Amino acid sequence: MSERAVRVLFDEPGPRGRRRIRVLTVLIIMTIVAALVWAWTTLSATGELAWPKWKPFVQQWAVWFMLAGLKGTLIVALVASVVAFPLGALLAVGRSGRNAVVRWVCTAYIEIFRSVPTLLLVYTFLFALPGIGINLGIFGKLVVPITMINAAVIAELVRAGINALDSGQREAAYAVGMTGAQTMRLVIMPQAIRLVIPALVTQLVAIVKDSTLGYVVSYPELMKQANLLANNTKLLLQAFVVVSAIYVVINFCLTRLAMWLEIRLRRSPGGGRRSQLRAEEEVEHDLAAVVTPH
Amino acid sequence: MIDVLVENLGALWHGLLTTLALTVLAFAGALVLGTLMAVFRVSPILPLRVIGAVFVELLRNVPLLSLLILFAYGLPYLGIEMSLFTTAVVCLLLVSASFTCEAVRGGINAVPVGQAEAARAIGLTFAQSLATVILPQALRTMVQPLVNVFIGVALGSSLAAAIAVPELTYTAQQVGNQTAESMLMFVVSALVYIAIAMLGGGAGSVLERRLAVQR
Repeated sequence: MSERAVRVLFDEPGPRGRRRIRVLTVLIIMTIVAALVWAWTTLSATGELAWPKWKPFVQQWAVWFMLAGLKGTLIVALVASVVAFPLGALLAVGRSGRNAVVRWVCTAYIEIFRSVPTLLLVYTFLFALPGIGINLGIFGKLVVPITMINAAVIAELVRAGINALDSGQREAAYAVGMTGAQTMRLVIMPQAIRLVIPALVTQLVAIVKDSTLGYVVSYPELMKQANLLANNTKLLLQAFVVVSAIYVVINFCLTRLAMWLEIRLRRSPGGGRRSQLRAEEEVEHDLAAVVTPH
Repeated sequence: MIDVLVENLGALWHGLLTTLALTVLAFAGALVLGTLMAVFRVSPILPLRVIGAVFVELLRNVPLLSLLILFAYGLPYLGIEMSLFTTAVVCLLLVSASFTCEAVRGGINAVPVGQAEAARAIGLTFAQSLATVILPQALRTMVQPLVNVFIGVALGSSLAAAIAVPELTYTAQQVGNQTAESMLMFVVSALVYIAIAMLGGGAGSVLERRLAVQR
Protein backbone atom coordinates (compact mmCIF):
# COMPACT_ATOMS: atom_id res chain seq x y z
CA MET A 1 0.00 0.00 0.00
CA SER A 2 2.68 2.47 1.05
CA GLU A 3 4.98 1.30 -1.76
CA ARG A 4 2.41 2.44 -4.30
CA ALA A 5 2.04 5.80 -2.61
CA VAL A 6 5.78 6.13 -2.34
CA ARG A 7 6.27 5.60 -6.05
CA VAL A 8 3.64 8.05 -7.24
CA LEU A 9 4.52 10.87 -4.89
CA PHE A 10 7.94 11.37 -6.44
CA ASP A 11 9.61 10.56 -9.72
CA GLU A 12 12.28 7.96 -10.13
CA PRO A 13 15.06 10.31 -8.95
CA GLY A 14 17.79 11.43 -11.31
CA PRO A 15 21.51 11.49 -10.43
CA ARG A 16 21.22 14.66 -8.38
CA GLY A 17 18.11 13.47 -6.59
CA ARG A 18 19.75 10.14 -5.82
CA ARG A 19 22.79 11.90 -4.40
CA ARG A 20 20.60 14.11 -2.25
CA ILE A 21 18.63 11.10 -0.98
CA ARG A 22 21.88 9.27 -0.21
CA VAL A 23 23.31 12.25 1.71
CA LEU A 24 20.08 12.65 3.69
CA THR A 25 19.93 8.90 4.37
CA VAL A 26 23.45 8.93 5.81
CA LEU A 27 22.76 12.10 7.83
CA ILE A 28 19.56 10.68 9.31
CA ILE A 29 21.15 7.33 10.14
CA MET A 30 23.96 9.21 11.88
CA THR A 31 21.43 11.27 13.82
CA ILE A 32 19.54 8.14 14.88
CA VAL A 33 22.74 6.39 15.96
CA ALA A 34 23.86 9.49 17.86
CA ALA A 35 20.47 9.74 19.59
CA LEU A 36 20.56 6.05 20.53
CA VAL A 37 24.13 6.29 21.86
CA TRP A 38 23.22 9.41 23.83
CA ALA A 39 20.09 7.75 25.25
CA TRP A 40 22.02 4.59 26.10
CA THR A 41 24.82 6.43 27.94
CA THR A 42 22.43 8.74 29.78
CA LEU A 43 20.13 5.92 30.82
CA SER A 44 23.03 3.59 31.71
CA ALA A 45 24.16 6.17 34.21
CA THR A 46 21.03 5.38 36.23
CA GLY A 47 22.10 1.73 36.39
CA GLU A 48 18.66 0.55 35.28
CA LEU A 49 19.87 -0.96 32.02
CA ALA A 50 22.48 -3.23 33.61
CA TRP A 51 22.00 -6.96 32.97
CA PRO A 52 21.49 -8.00 36.63
CA LYS A 53 18.33 -5.89 36.66
CA TRP A 54 16.93 -7.75 33.66
CA LYS A 55 18.23 -11.22 34.46
CA PRO A 56 15.36 -12.12 36.86
CA PHE A 57 12.95 -12.05 33.93
CA VAL A 58 14.64 -14.90 32.09
CA GLN A 59 14.78 -17.11 35.19
CA GLN A 60 12.52 -20.11 35.13
CA TRP A 61 10.12 -19.08 37.89
CA ALA A 62 9.61 -15.64 36.39
CA VAL A 63 8.98 -17.10 32.96
CA TRP A 64 6.39 -19.49 34.45
CA PHE A 65 4.83 -16.60 36.33
CA MET A 66 4.48 -14.56 33.13
CA LEU A 67 3.21 -17.60 31.23
CA ALA A 68 0.46 -17.96 33.83
CA GLY A 69 -0.41 -14.33 33.14
CA LEU A 70 -0.37 -14.94 29.41
CA LYS A 71 -2.77 -17.81 29.95
CA GLY A 72 -5.08 -15.48 31.89
CA THR A 73 -4.93 -12.88 29.11
CA LEU A 74 -5.71 -15.47 26.45
CA ILE A 75 -8.63 -16.89 28.45
CA VAL A 76 -10.12 -13.43 28.97
CA ALA A 77 -9.67 -12.51 25.30
CA LEU A 78 -11.03 -15.86 24.14
CA VAL A 79 -14.13 -15.89 26.34
CA ALA A 80 -14.86 -12.23 25.61
CA SER A 81 -14.57 -12.71 21.86
CA VAL A 82 -16.45 -16.02 21.74
CA VAL A 83 -19.42 -14.26 23.35
CA ALA A 84 -19.00 -10.80 21.82
CA PHE A 85 -18.77 -11.93 18.19
CA PRO A 86 -22.15 -13.73 17.97
CA LEU A 87 -23.76 -11.11 20.19
CA GLY A 88 -22.43 -8.35 17.96
CA ALA A 89 -23.68 -10.16 14.86
CA LEU A 90 -27.14 -10.52 16.45
CA LEU A 91 -27.21 -6.83 17.37
CA ALA A 92 -26.25 -5.95 13.80
CA VAL A 93 -29.03 -8.14 12.42
CA GLY A 94 -31.49 -6.61 14.88
CA ARG A 95 -30.49 -3.09 13.91
CA SER A 96 -30.84 -3.86 10.21
CA GLY A 97 -34.12 -5.78 10.63
CA ARG A 98 -37.68 -4.71 10.02
CA ASN A 99 -39.06 -5.02 13.56
CA ALA A 100 -39.12 -1.47 14.92
CA VAL A 101 -38.90 -2.39 18.61
CA VAL A 102 -35.94 -4.75 18.09
CA ARG A 103 -34.29 -2.17 15.87
CA TRP A 104 -34.72 0.54 18.47
CA VAL A 105 -33.37 -1.62 21.32
CA CYS A 106 -30.36 -2.76 19.31
CA THR A 107 -29.57 0.77 18.15
CA ALA A 108 -29.79 2.10 21.71
CA TYR A 109 -27.52 -0.67 23.04
CA ILE A 110 -24.95 -0.17 20.30
CA GLU A 111 -24.84 3.61 20.53
CA ILE A 112 -24.56 3.60 24.32
CA PHE A 113 -21.94 0.92 24.79
CA ARG A 114 -19.86 2.08 21.83
CA SER A 115 -19.36 5.43 23.56
CA VAL A 116 -18.65 4.35 27.13
CA PRO A 117 -15.07 3.77 28.32
CA THR A 118 -14.41 0.15 29.24
CA LEU A 119 -12.85 1.22 32.54
CA LEU A 120 -16.04 3.06 33.53
CA LEU A 121 -18.08 -0.08 32.91
CA VAL A 122 -15.56 -2.18 34.84
CA TYR A 123 -15.84 0.28 37.74
CA THR A 124 -19.63 -0.05 37.55
CA PHE A 125 -19.35 -3.81 37.93
CA LEU A 126 -16.78 -3.38 40.70
CA PHE A 127 -18.32 -0.65 42.84
CA ALA A 128 -21.93 0.05 41.84
CA LEU A 129 -23.63 -3.19 40.84
CA PRO A 130 -22.73 -5.16 44.02
CA GLY A 131 -24.81 -2.52 45.85
CA ILE A 132 -27.92 -3.65 44.00
CA GLY A 133 -27.23 -7.34 44.36
CA ILE A 134 -25.26 -8.06 41.18
CA ASN A 135 -21.92 -9.30 42.42
CA LEU A 136 -20.01 -11.28 39.81
CA GLY A 137 -16.71 -12.99 40.47
CA ILE A 138 -13.47 -11.26 39.56
CA PHE A 139 -13.44 -12.99 36.18
CA GLY A 140 -16.98 -11.85 35.42
CA LYS A 141 -16.26 -8.29 36.52
CA LEU A 142 -13.52 -8.21 33.92
CA VAL A 143 -14.99 -10.26 31.07
CA VAL A 144 -18.61 -9.06 31.12
CA PRO A 145 -17.81 -5.34 30.61
CA ILE A 146 -15.25 -6.15 27.91
CA THR A 147 -17.81 -8.36 26.16
CA MET A 148 -20.61 -5.81 26.43
CA ILE A 149 -18.54 -3.02 24.91
CA ASN A 150 -16.90 -5.07 22.19
CA ALA A 151 -20.24 -6.57 21.15
CA ALA A 152 -21.42 -3.03 20.37
CA VAL A 153 -18.30 -2.27 18.33
CA ILE A 154 -18.49 -5.61 16.50
CA ALA A 155 -22.16 -4.96 15.73
CA GLU A 156 -21.20 -1.80 13.90
CA LEU A 157 -18.45 -3.62 11.99
CA VAL A 158 -20.88 -6.32 10.87
CA ARG A 159 -23.50 -3.74 10.00
CA ALA A 160 -20.99 -1.96 7.78
CA GLY A 161 -20.58 -5.30 5.99
CA ILE A 162 -24.36 -5.75 5.66
CA ASN A 163 -24.79 -2.24 4.27
CA ALA A 164 -21.97 -2.70 1.80
CA LEU A 165 -23.61 -5.66 0.07
CA ASP A 166 -25.27 -5.04 -3.24
CA SER A 167 -29.04 -4.64 -2.74
CA GLY A 168 -29.45 -7.16 -5.58
CA GLN A 169 -28.44 -9.90 -3.16
CA ARG A 170 -31.42 -9.22 -0.91
CA GLU A 171 -33.77 -8.70 -3.84
CA ALA A 172 -32.69 -11.96 -5.47
CA ALA A 173 -33.26 -13.84 -2.22
CA TYR A 174 -36.77 -12.41 -1.91
CA ALA A 175 -37.40 -13.19 -5.58
CA VAL A 176 -36.71 -16.90 -5.05
CA GLY A 177 -39.18 -16.82 -2.17
CA MET A 178 -36.99 -16.66 0.91
CA THR A 179 -38.38 -15.07 4.07
CA GLY A 180 -36.66 -12.11 5.71
CA ALA A 181 -34.96 -14.35 8.28
CA GLN A 182 -33.81 -16.84 5.64
CA THR A 183 -32.41 -14.03 3.51
CA MET A 184 -30.45 -12.69 6.47
CA ARG A 185 -29.16 -16.11 7.56
CA LEU A 186 -28.40 -17.70 4.20
CA VAL A 187 -27.58 -14.82 1.89
CA ILE A 188 -26.69 -11.60 3.66
CA MET A 189 -24.75 -12.63 6.78
CA PRO A 190 -22.34 -15.13 5.16
CA GLN A 191 -21.25 -12.49 2.67
CA ALA A 192 -21.28 -9.59 5.12
CA ILE A 193 -19.15 -11.40 7.68
CA ARG A 194 -16.69 -12.48 5.01
CA LEU A 195 -16.25 -8.84 4.06
CA VAL A 196 -15.44 -7.72 7.57
CA ILE A 197 -13.29 -10.64 8.76
CA PRO A 198 -10.07 -8.58 8.66
CA ALA A 199 -11.73 -5.83 10.72
CA LEU A 200 -12.98 -8.45 13.19
CA VAL A 201 -9.43 -9.78 13.63
CA THR A 202 -8.26 -6.23 14.26
CA GLN A 203 -10.95 -5.99 16.92
CA LEU A 204 -9.22 -8.88 18.68
CA VAL A 205 -6.33 -6.48 19.27
CA ALA A 206 -8.73 -4.12 21.03
CA ILE A 207 -10.02 -7.02 23.16
CA VAL A 208 -6.48 -8.02 24.15
CA LYS A 209 -5.80 -4.41 25.09
CA ASP A 210 -9.03 -4.27 27.12
CA SER A 211 -7.98 -7.40 28.99
CA THR A 212 -5.21 -5.32 30.64
CA LEU A 213 -7.97 -4.01 32.91
CA GLY A 214 -7.38 -7.22 34.85
CA TYR A 215 -4.84 -4.96 36.55
CA VAL A 216 -7.76 -2.94 37.96
CA VAL A 217 -9.94 -5.86 39.08
CA SER A 218 -6.95 -7.99 40.21
CA TYR A 219 -7.57 -10.84 37.81
CA PRO A 220 -4.25 -12.64 37.24
CA GLU A 221 -3.70 -11.85 33.57
CA LEU A 222 -0.45 -10.56 32.08
CA MET A 223 -0.73 -7.01 33.41
CA LYS A 224 -1.60 -8.03 36.95
CA GLN A 225 1.12 -10.69 36.99
CA ALA A 226 3.63 -8.11 35.77
CA ASN A 227 2.56 -5.86 38.60
CA LEU A 228 3.02 -8.63 41.16
CA LEU A 229 6.38 -9.49 39.64
CA ALA A 230 7.37 -5.81 39.81
CA ASN A 231 6.45 -5.63 43.50
CA ASN A 232 8.25 -8.88 44.16
CA THR A 233 11.51 -8.10 42.40
CA LYS A 234 11.40 -4.31 43.00
CA LEU A 235 12.13 -4.02 39.29
CA LEU A 236 9.07 -2.09 38.15
CA LEU A 237 10.55 -0.46 35.06
CA GLN A 238 11.94 -3.72 33.74
CA ALA A 239 8.78 -5.72 34.47
CA PHE A 240 6.60 -3.29 32.53
CA VAL A 241 9.04 -3.01 29.64
CA VAL A 242 8.96 -6.80 29.36
CA VAL A 243 5.17 -7.02 29.57
CA SER A 244 4.67 -4.18 27.08
CA ALA A 245 6.96 -5.99 24.66
CA ILE A 246 4.92 -9.18 25.05
CA TYR A 247 1.72 -7.28 24.24
CA VAL A 248 3.33 -5.66 21.22
CA VAL A 249 4.37 -9.08 19.90
CA ILE A 250 0.90 -10.61 20.41
CA ASN A 251 -0.92 -7.67 18.83
CA PHE A 252 1.61 -7.33 16.04
CA CYS A 253 0.93 -10.94 15.06
CA LEU A 254 -2.84 -10.33 15.15
CA THR A 255 -2.47 -7.18 13.02
CA ARG A 256 -0.36 -9.10 10.49
CA LEU A 257 -2.95 -11.89 10.42
CA ALA A 258 -5.64 -9.31 9.63
CA MET A 259 -3.58 -7.84 6.80
CA TRP A 260 -2.87 -11.31 5.39
CA LEU A 261 -6.56 -12.24 5.54
CA GLU A 262 -7.47 -9.01 3.82
CA ILE A 263 -5.20 -9.74 0.88
CA ARG A 264 -6.24 -13.40 0.73
CA LEU A 265 -9.98 -12.78 0.90
CA ARG A 266 -9.68 -10.17 -1.80
CA ARG A 267 -7.82 -12.50 -4.13
CA SER A 268 -10.07 -15.54 -3.87
CA PRO A 269 -13.14 -15.49 -6.07
CA GLY A 270 -16.50 -15.51 -4.33
CA GLY A 271 -19.72 -14.76 -6.13
CA GLY A 272 -19.65 -11.88 -8.57
CA ARG A 273 -16.12 -10.61 -8.63
CA ARG A 274 -17.07 -7.07 -9.47
CA SER A 275 -19.83 -6.64 -6.97
CA GLN A 276 -17.52 -8.16 -4.39
CA LEU A 277 -14.85 -5.57 -5.16
CA ARG A 278 -17.34 -2.74 -5.05
CA ALA A 279 -18.64 -4.00 -1.75
CA GLU A 280 -15.10 -4.12 -0.41
CA GLU A 281 -14.51 -0.52 -1.34
CA GLU A 282 -17.72 0.47 0.35
CA VAL A 283 -17.02 -1.56 3.44
CA GLU A 284 -13.65 0.11 3.74
CA HIS A 285 -15.35 3.47 3.70
CA ASP A 286 -17.95 2.35 6.24
CA LEU A 287 -15.40 0.68 8.47
CA ALA A 288 -13.47 3.91 8.58
CA ALA A 289 -16.53 5.34 10.28
CA VAL A 290 -16.71 2.61 12.89
CA VAL A 291 -13.34 1.46 14.11
CA THR A 292 -12.49 3.30 17.29
CA PRO A 293 -8.93 2.84 18.42
CA HIS A 294 -8.23 2.52 22.11
CA MET B 1 -30.16 11.37 45.15
CA ILE B 2 -30.44 14.63 43.25
CA ASP B 3 -28.92 16.66 46.09
CA VAL B 4 -25.95 14.28 46.22
CA LEU B 5 -25.43 15.03 42.56
CA VAL B 6 -25.83 18.78 43.06
CA GLU B 7 -23.42 18.80 46.00
CA ASN B 8 -20.76 17.03 43.99
CA LEU B 9 -21.33 18.82 40.74
CA GLY B 10 -18.21 20.91 41.32
CA ALA B 11 -15.97 17.86 41.65
CA LEU B 12 -17.51 16.20 38.60
CA TRP B 13 -17.16 19.43 36.65
CA HIS B 14 -13.43 19.50 37.47
CA GLY B 15 -13.18 15.89 36.40
CA LEU B 16 -14.87 16.71 33.11
CA LEU B 17 -12.52 19.65 32.54
CA THR B 18 -9.52 17.40 33.16
CA THR B 19 -10.91 14.81 30.74
CA LEU B 20 -11.44 17.51 28.12
CA ALA B 21 -7.96 18.93 28.70
CA LEU B 22 -6.40 15.47 28.35
CA THR B 23 -8.43 14.79 25.21
CA VAL B 24 -7.81 18.10 23.47
CA LEU B 25 -4.08 18.27 24.26
CA ALA B 26 -3.44 14.65 23.30
CA PHE B 27 -5.54 14.86 20.14
CA ALA B 28 -3.90 18.09 18.98
CA GLY B 29 -0.46 16.63 19.59
CA ALA B 30 -1.43 13.38 17.90
CA LEU B 31 -2.56 15.27 14.79
CA VAL B 32 0.84 16.94 14.47
CA LEU B 33 2.97 13.91 15.33
CA GLY B 34 0.76 11.49 13.39
CA THR B 35 0.85 13.61 10.24
CA LEU B 36 4.62 13.94 10.55
CA MET B 37 4.94 10.17 10.87
CA ALA B 38 2.65 9.64 7.87
CA VAL B 39 4.85 11.99 5.81
CA PHE B 40 7.86 9.96 7.00
CA ARG B 41 6.15 6.78 5.88
CA VAL B 42 5.62 7.99 2.30
CA SER B 43 8.93 9.88 1.96
CA PRO B 44 11.66 8.79 -0.49
CA ILE B 45 14.20 8.41 2.31
CA LEU B 46 14.42 4.88 3.65
CA PRO B 47 15.45 5.60 7.29
CA LEU B 48 12.51 7.98 7.67
CA ARG B 49 10.15 5.27 6.39
CA VAL B 50 11.66 2.85 8.90
CA ILE B 51 11.19 5.34 11.76
CA GLY B 52 7.56 5.82 10.77
CA ALA B 53 6.87 2.10 10.49
CA VAL B 54 8.55 1.22 13.81
CA PHE B 55 6.70 4.05 15.55
CA VAL B 56 3.33 2.87 14.28
CA GLU B 57 3.88 -0.83 14.92
CA LEU B 58 5.06 -0.21 18.48
CA LEU B 59 2.45 2.29 19.53
CA ARG B 60 -0.67 0.93 17.96
CA ASN B 61 0.03 -2.49 19.44
CA VAL B 62 0.95 -1.52 22.99
CA PRO B 63 -2.00 -1.33 25.41
CA LEU B 64 -2.48 2.23 26.64
CA LEU B 65 -2.70 1.02 30.24
CA SER B 66 0.68 -0.68 30.17
CA LEU B 67 2.24 2.39 28.57
CA LEU B 68 0.66 4.62 31.24
CA ILE B 69 2.01 2.52 34.08
CA LEU B 70 5.41 2.22 32.45
CA PHE B 71 5.66 5.99 32.00
CA ALA B 72 4.09 6.97 35.32
CA TYR B 73 5.95 4.58 37.61
CA GLY B 74 8.85 3.30 35.46
CA LEU B 75 10.37 6.43 33.94
CA PRO B 76 11.23 8.05 37.29
CA TYR B 77 13.82 5.25 37.69
CA LEU B 78 15.50 6.60 34.58
CA GLY B 79 15.49 10.10 36.05
CA ILE B 80 12.58 11.25 33.88
CA GLU B 81 10.03 12.94 36.14
CA MET B 82 6.73 14.30 34.85
CA SER B 83 3.48 15.18 36.55
CA LEU B 84 0.84 12.44 36.28
CA PHE B 85 -1.27 14.70 34.08
CA THR B 86 1.64 15.26 31.68
CA THR B 87 2.36 11.54 31.68
CA ALA B 88 -1.23 10.79 30.71
CA VAL B 89 -1.15 13.40 27.92
CA VAL B 90 2.14 12.03 26.57
CA CYS B 91 0.94 8.41 26.55
CA LEU B 92 -2.42 9.25 24.99
CA LEU B 93 -0.66 11.43 22.44
CA LEU B 94 1.84 8.74 21.43
CA VAL B 95 -0.75 5.98 21.10
CA SER B 96 -3.25 8.10 19.17
CA ALA B 97 -0.49 9.51 16.95
CA SER B 98 0.01 5.98 15.63
CA PHE B 99 -3.68 5.75 14.75
CA THR B 100 -3.61 9.28 13.28
CA CYS B 101 -0.63 8.25 11.16
CA GLU B 102 -2.56 5.32 9.72
CA ALA B 103 -5.62 7.53 9.11
CA VAL B 104 -3.50 10.10 7.26
CA ARG B 105 -1.72 7.40 5.28
CA GLY B 106 -5.08 5.88 4.36
CA GLY B 107 -6.23 9.32 3.22
CA ILE B 108 -3.07 9.81 1.13
CA ASN B 109 -3.58 6.42 -0.49
CA ALA B 110 -7.21 7.25 -1.26
CA VAL B 111 -6.24 10.26 -3.41
CA PRO B 112 -6.35 9.15 -7.06
CA VAL B 113 -2.91 8.40 -8.51
CA GLY B 114 -3.54 10.91 -11.31
CA GLN B 115 -3.39 13.75 -8.80
CA ALA B 116 0.14 12.89 -7.73
CA GLU B 117 1.16 12.30 -11.33
CA ALA B 118 -0.27 15.65 -12.40
CA ALA B 119 1.53 17.37 -9.51
CA ARG B 120 4.79 15.79 -10.62
CA ALA B 121 4.11 16.64 -14.24
CA ILE B 122 3.89 20.37 -13.50
CA GLY B 123 7.21 20.10 -11.67
CA LEU B 124 6.19 20.15 -8.01
CA THR B 125 8.70 18.63 -5.61
CA PHE B 126 7.78 15.88 -3.14
CA ALA B 127 7.11 18.37 -0.35
CA GLN B 128 5.17 20.73 -2.62
CA SER B 129 2.94 18.06 -4.12
CA LEU B 130 2.25 16.63 -0.68
CA ALA B 131 1.46 19.98 0.93
CA THR B 132 -0.51 21.64 -1.87
CA VAL B 133 -2.10 18.75 -3.81
CA ILE B 134 -2.25 15.47 -1.89
CA LEU B 135 -2.88 16.35 1.77
CA PRO B 136 -5.67 18.91 1.15
CA GLN B 137 -7.56 16.28 -0.84
CA ALA B 138 -6.66 13.48 1.54
CA LEU B 139 -8.26 15.53 4.33
CA ARG B 140 -11.69 14.73 2.90
CA THR B 141 -11.46 10.98 3.39
CA MET B 142 -9.58 11.45 6.65
CA VAL B 143 -12.37 13.18 8.55
CA GLN B 144 -14.25 10.05 9.67
CA PRO B 145 -11.14 8.10 10.75
CA LEU B 146 -9.87 11.17 12.60
CA VAL B 147 -13.21 11.56 14.38
CA ASN B 148 -12.74 7.97 15.53
CA VAL B 149 -9.27 8.78 16.79
CA PHE B 150 -10.77 11.72 18.69
CA ILE B 151 -13.46 9.54 20.28
CA GLY B 152 -10.78 6.94 21.03
CA VAL B 153 -8.73 9.58 22.83
CA ALA B 154 -11.74 10.76 24.83
CA LEU B 155 -12.66 7.22 25.92
CA GLY B 156 -9.00 6.23 26.35
CA SER B 157 -8.40 9.20 28.64
CA SER B 158 -10.46 7.34 31.25
CA LEU B 159 -7.51 4.97 31.71
CA ALA B 160 -5.64 7.89 33.26
CA ALA B 161 -7.81 7.07 36.28
CA ALA B 162 -5.61 4.01 36.78
CA ILE B 163 -2.63 6.29 37.49
CA ALA B 164 -4.79 8.54 39.68
CA VAL B 165 -5.22 11.50 37.34
CA PRO B 166 -8.42 13.13 38.65
CA GLU B 167 -10.35 13.00 35.37
CA LEU B 168 -14.02 12.13 35.00
CA THR B 169 -13.88 8.36 35.58
CA TYR B 170 -11.56 8.74 38.58
CA THR B 171 -13.70 11.51 40.08
CA ALA B 172 -16.90 9.51 39.57
CA GLN B 173 -15.34 6.54 41.34
CA GLN B 174 -14.08 8.67 44.25
CA VAL B 175 -17.30 10.64 44.70
CA GLY B 176 -19.36 7.46 44.36
CA ASN B 177 -17.25 5.86 47.04
CA GLN B 178 -17.70 8.77 49.47
CA THR B 179 -21.41 9.25 48.92
CA ALA B 180 -22.45 5.63 48.39
CA GLU B 181 -24.10 6.73 45.15
CA SER B 182 -21.72 4.95 42.80
CA MET B 183 -24.40 3.96 40.33
CA LEU B 184 -25.60 7.54 39.94
CA MET B 185 -22.07 8.84 39.44
CA PHE B 186 -21.22 6.21 36.84
CA VAL B 187 -24.45 6.76 34.92
CA VAL B 188 -23.89 10.52 34.89
CA SER B 189 -20.33 10.17 33.66
CA ALA B 190 -21.35 7.58 31.07
CA LEU B 191 -23.86 10.12 29.73
CA VAL B 192 -21.09 12.72 29.61
CA TYR B 193 -18.82 10.39 27.62
CA ILE B 194 -21.68 9.60 25.24
CA ALA B 195 -22.27 13.35 24.81
CA ILE B 196 -18.56 13.91 24.05
CA ALA B 197 -18.62 11.11 21.47
CA MET B 198 -21.79 12.49 19.88
CA LEU B 199 -20.37 16.03 19.76
CA GLY B 200 -17.21 14.69 18.16
CA GLY B 201 -19.22 12.72 15.62
CA GLY B 202 -21.45 15.71 14.88
CA ALA B 203 -18.49 18.03 14.40
CA GLY B 204 -17.00 15.44 12.05
CA SER B 205 -20.17 15.31 9.93
CA VAL B 206 -20.29 19.10 9.68
CA LEU B 207 -16.62 19.21 8.70
CA GLU B 208 -17.11 16.45 6.15
CA ARG B 209 -19.96 18.35 4.52
CA ARG B 210 -17.89 21.54 4.43
CA LEU B 211 -14.97 19.76 2.81
CA ALA B 212 -17.09 17.87 0.28
CA VAL B 213 -16.56 18.82 -3.35
CA GLN B 214 -19.27 21.26 -4.45
CA ARG B 215 -20.82 20.05 -7.68
